[in-house]
Amino acid sequence: MIRNIGWSLLTLLVAAAFVAFVAIVPWWGGALAAALLAAWLALTRVGRQAWSVTEVGMSTVPQRLGAASVVVVGIAGVVGVLVALFAMAEGFQSTLLETGNTDTAIVLRGGSQAELNSGLAHDATVIISNEPQVKRDSEGRPIASPELVVIASLPKKSSGTDANVELRGVGEGAWALRPNVHIIAGRRFTPGLRELIVGKRAAMEFEHTALGSRFNLGGQPWTVVGEFDSGDEHDSELWGDADVIAAAYRRGDSRNSVTVRLQSPKAFDAFKAALASDPRFKADASTTRDYYNRQSELLTRAIRVLGTAVAIIMAIGAIFGALNTMYAAVAARTREIATLRAMGFRGGPVVVSVLIETLLLALAGGVIGGAIAWALFDHYTASTLGSNFSQVVFEFRVTPALLANGLKWALAIGFVGGLFPALRAARMPVTDGLREQ
Amino acid sequence: MKYLHLVWSALFRRKTRTVFTIISVIAAFLLFGLLDSVRDAFVGAAHSAAGASRMITTSKESFVISLPTSLLMRIQAVPGVSAVTYANWFGGYYQQPKNQLIAESVANNFFDLYPEMKLSPGELHAFHATRAGAVAGASLARRFGWKVGDKIPIQATIFPQKGGSNTWTFDLVGIYHVTDPQLKGEEGALFFNWDYFDQAAAFGGGTAGWYIERVANPKLADGVARAIDAISANSDHETKTESEDAFQTSFASQFANIGLLVGSIMGCVFFTLILLTGNTMAQAVRERIPELAILKTIGFSNRSVLSLVLAESVLLLALGGAIGLAIAGVAVGGIRAKLGPQIPMLPVGKQTWLLGVTLMVLIGLLVGALPARRGMRLRIVDALSGR
Repeated sequence: MIRNIGWSLLTLLVAAAFVAFVAIVPWWGGALAAALLAAWLALTRVGRQAWSVTEVGMSTVPQRLGAASVVVVGIAGVVGVLVALFAMAEGFQSTLLETGNTDTAIVLRGGSQAELNSGLAHDATVIISNEPQVKRDSEGRPIASPELVVIASLPKKSSGTDANVELRGVGEGAWALRPNVHIIAGRRFTPGLRELIVGKRAAMEFEHTALGSRFNLGGQPWTVVGEFDSGDEHDSELWGDADVIAAAYRRGDSRNSVTVRLQSPKAFDAFKAALASDPRFKADASTTRDYYNRQSELLTRAIRVLGTAVAIIMAIGAIFGALNTMYAAVAARTREIATLRAMGFRGGPVVVSVLIETLLLALAGGVIGGAIAWALFDHYTASTLGSNFSQVVFEFRVTPALLANGLKWALAIGFVGGLFPALRAARMPVTDGLREQ
Repeated sequence: MKYLHLVWSALFRRKTRTVFTIISVIAAFLLFGLLDSVRDAFVGAAHSAAGASRMITTSKESFVISLPTSLLMRIQAVPGVSAVTYANWFGGYYQQPKNQLIAESVANNFFDLYPEMKLSPGELHAFHATRAGAVAGASLARRFGWKVGDKIPIQATIFPQKGGSNTWTFDLVGIYHVTDPQLKGEEGALFFNWDYFDQAAAFGGGTAGWYIERVANPKLADGVARAIDAISANSDHETKTESEDAFQTSFASQFANIGLLVGSIMGCVFFTLILLTGNTMAQAVRERIPELAILKTIGFSNRSVLSLVLAESVLLLALGGAIGLAIAGVAVGGIRAKLGPQIPMLPVGKQTWLLGVTLMVLIGLLVGALPARRGMRLRIVDALSGR
């Protein structure tokens, strides 16, 4: 009895060690381990024994397709869900991270955390734009854009219900500030007119965004004159002239934020200190990289926690499914294994062969799950509420790293699910096994 | 019922296998319980009697744009409106930016329209009488250890005070409780007097974020909503009035299509589960063919054998499912107690159990069907001779 418990504990320890190993090693470590295993199977006597036992085991898989598919499908489910949810987090995070960099800075009213909450008076916006750390263009004007953020409601194409869309009023400096913004259809808005340009993803997601469309915002009619592509979060926005939008929404000459291009990333600390010590207003500067990173943190973390929790629970189900299948497989081969042992095969090859079989089934499950997640969700477009209370449209990203992570989970589940049956097969008394019906 | 013992011993004929299968079933239904509680929180399964008769009026343009307070008297005069109040979003955080708050400044009669938030008459009076008074939901107060009488400094993220300070200090004069478990989420807010906000805020005073109306007859709500919106039609502050449920649902749907997300995960989980339990049942019946033949020999009819096997698979699912949902209930309770009520999870309620039990029975019948048919159709002679 005590021996049995000791064995189980030891087995658990081995399983935990393997899971930890899989979790820690990078992909090349896994490849190296696989190569070593292959070499052992091909070159040593015990290894060749193990491989021949494995071959016999594998040849019976088609006869118990139902049971084997429990392992494969169970693990495919875990990997598929895990990869899909993490691809969502990855897509959202990278969309926001690409919006920021270290040589532009965004200034908000002290303590406001998000553009929508912030407000800066006209004097403040002028002072901020003219700080010495702000880069100037060839004509000596600061590359800065005091911007206004308002939320408008437009119907979504997918559901027909209204959703929030961010309307950003930009200053003249916006184009030099964000050189990645290209007009892909139509033209830029004309300053002073009620004209809008729409981001590429906003155009996909919302009604009334085609060139030439007219709709009411702030009680006034606006015309869409162009579509732009920035490759980042701004793609979910509508842009217009800040002065015109301020007039329509009765914002006077105050603005939500000022974004500036710095002389160099190194100038940021001096810029932040200069603003912090200015007694005329309270303002916080962050690099746009920091700002957008903060905006993505909460949701990204929430999705990753959800994904991991769901995957762990599903993995528990899958492990016990695999245990059932492999115990049944071992039980069906009791006499065969006992015969091998009687002929002089050692326990090691038997253990290894059952493990390899489970790991191969698990790998198949991992590949299938990852492939399905990739086929269904890579570049799948979704949207959620961003920190400005408006829709951020982003694409799921199924990256190689996520797929590799999925395979790790598959192997870990397969190992735990195969280890216990493998050890049972090896520890079975030969005489009992030979008598088994 | 008299066969329960037979079914039970058949189920646990191979203990290890059955226990392993049950653990898989538990995992599946645990996940179902947890995800359904998240879905409920978003999709707004929380329909209360008070909620059905409440309507929300926001700016048509977007709910972050405020409305003039002059609308109050005009909405009050709309036939069918029995009470109206207003509130303004405040937000802010306590001590650290990660402790974001649901904080609103509310008009005097706000709690008349929210009878599910229970305050003692003394606390309500103190709230009205204290300029910087505030009341917090019981869950929120527990989260930060607030007691009545505490002074609570809140960092504003939108509205600084006149003079530029971001720190608003409120006197906690009451703690409200929500007893309906489906509405527990409402216990996570902080309310303070709109009049104080109006006087102290550097800007944003003099406006209402949204109006809340109670309609005398919920069946006529659509007409009342149209009448309210007609007041400000073609003005520069047009409104949109909808039921509280509709408002919350459309707000939640902007976060994500939670129904679709949860639906696809659960589809995946239950597909796997059907395969897994189906395999177990097939194995169980395959092994017992001779036993089933003996049952038939001693007089069990084909139909009884069929029902015995079906009962066995339903019992397998029901055992695991009930344990899984029970664990989910405890887990949700634990998570909510630890992370506070603003976590989007509702307690596992009757609806979830009902759906869960339906799923257990359906999946049980589905996975039992093929093995049961095999048991029913077997020929005694063949089965006994092992053919």
